[in-house]
Amino acid sequence: MAHDVMTRASAAASAQAKAGAGARPPRRRRGAGHWTAWAFLAPVVVYLVAFYAYPLYRNLDLSLRHYTVRSFVQGDAPFSGLDNYRTVFADPTFGPALLHTLVFTFVSIAFQFAIGLALAVFFAQNFRLSATLRALFLVPWLLPLIVSASTWTWMLNSDSGIVNAALELIHVDPVNWLTSPDWALTSVIIANVWIGIPFNLVVLYSGLQAIPADVYEAAAIDGATGWQRFWRITFPLLRPVSAITLLLGLVYTLKVFDIIWIMTKGGPADASTTFATWSYRLSFGNLLPEFGPGAAVGNLLIIMALFFGLLYIRFQRRQA
Amino acid sequence: MLFPIYWMINVSLTKDTDMRADPPHLLPLDGTLEGYRAVIEQQMPYLGTSLIVGLGTVALTLALSAPAGFALAKLRPKGGGALSFVLLIAQMIPGIIMAMGFYAIYLRLGVLNTVPGLILADSTIAVPFGVLIFTAFMSGIPDELINAALIDGASRWRTFVSVILPVSRNAIVTVSLFAFLWAWSDFVFASTLDGGGDAQPITLGIYQYIGNNNQQWNAIMATAVVASIPATLLLIIAQRYVAAGVTAGAVKD
Repeated sequence: MAHDVMTRASAAASAQAKAGAGARPPRRRRGAGHWTAWAFLAPVVVYLVAFYAYPLYRNLDLSLRHYTVRSFVQGDAPFSGLDNYRTVFADPTFGPALLHTLVFTFVSIAFQFAIGLALAVFFAQNFRLSATLRALFLVPWLLPLIVSASTWTWMLNSDSGIVNAALELIHVDPVNWLTSPDWALTSVIIANVWIGIPFNLVVLYSGLQAIPADVYEAAAIDGATGWQRFWRITFPLLRPVSAITLLLGLVYTLKVFDIIWIMTKGGPADASTTFATWSYRLSFGNLLPEFGPGAAVGNLLIIMALFFGLLYIRFQRRQA
Repeated sequence: MLFPIYWMINVSLTKDTDMRADPPHLLPLDGTLEGYRAVIEQQMPYLGTSLIVGLGTVALTLALSAPAGFALAKLRPKGGGALSFVLLIAQMIPGIIMAMGFYAIYLRLGVLNTVPGLILADSTIAVPFGVLIFTAFMSGIPDELINAALIDGASRWRTFVSVILPVSRNAIVTVSLFAFLWAWSDFVFASTLDGGGDAQPITLGIYQYIGNNNQQWNAIMATAVVASIPATLLLIIAQRYVAAGVTAGAVKD
């Protein structure tokens, strides 16, 4: 959910496009109009080929060749088949990176969703200032990630951070949030959860708005308690929206890079390395770049993202 | 939820000597504007670059996505559905992987560390989103409006410019807003494609600040506050567009 956080919103929009397409009226006759339409589309098609397809092809090519800095510039690297992938799988970082990616993604999403849902239910009561407060809660999501990440870096500072100062008040020993291998992953998850809550809040809130009020009235007449109303009505009726929120969250969170890189650089000792930061470090983080393995890790990440992405699209289609 | 934002502002106003106070001062009483002076002295060029990159990205995104949205929503050519699908998939590709591909290409073309190179790369975040938003929005425009223009003898292009664009103001605002914010906050493309030149965006300004100078947290946080201003302003001005952008279609009625 990274800067890419920012892209969070983007996939959300796609759904509506789909809905629009699903409801299309009967096709009109083709002819000159067909070509005019593609004239309007031509710039985007050229753009997609040049700036999506080609970089992806280059990335695939990178992962299948043996590159050095020199051959990277000259472009005459020898073909090496799946060697880079074998290197990556055999790397001692592979296991931890895979584990961290999964833990980071699933724990982040669980908390973002739970807190976002709680806040959405809270705001759905429409009290005074509800709208203003809800807008303020969007701020964490709109801030540049470098801003959120550096703010959290300072808040979690071992000696002078506000978090440890607060822990001291309740007589808990200070924690080396960012510098201890035991806590680094937890720290970046905390920051990422904070950043991701607004997205969950907004989407779930509009899901709640769509539940008709008379269902609740009927339940109230039958004497349902607040807790029963939540579990028996809100939660089941919200299920389609929840599924979409969670799937989008998966797609976004898998590729989170900025927050982790800015806060810990994946360290200490790989303690917070995920596929995204590992891939970046291989390609750009060392004096001697390892473009081949870096691209290979990146491609593995694409496969994971596409898996959840296609799941999302399938779900979206079924809804429509 | 709002505490970290308060804390960022608080630290930006704290004096160097109080920075390591234990416990930290909760209110910026007896504060300083030193941090903000440092921003004005050192960060203005970075902010300028980010502004140019942001506006350039908005222009490029609108120019590419509005006509495409019109075609997909109203002209409905054969193959349009497949194109929408490709756009959907395009949004799921991690930025870090795009950055690697771009790096290889830019190195060859010699556009590493240039503002146009960064605008092009940043636009890849917003273009698919833009097309899908425009398609969704323009599907809601009544066909009668377009047919009337065609009967009056306007070409499709003329219809698009004089009829469709003016009524699509909300979609234009939403897409511009997100394109600008994403370009403004981009870190991945900036650090891979524009780490060396003399025109770097504010995200790199902050990043290097943290790297070189981890004592003056008031200056770092002051820069962070200043870098957050566009997001805050846009949020105040265009609240409902933000919510619309997030929820458009993620939730079905």
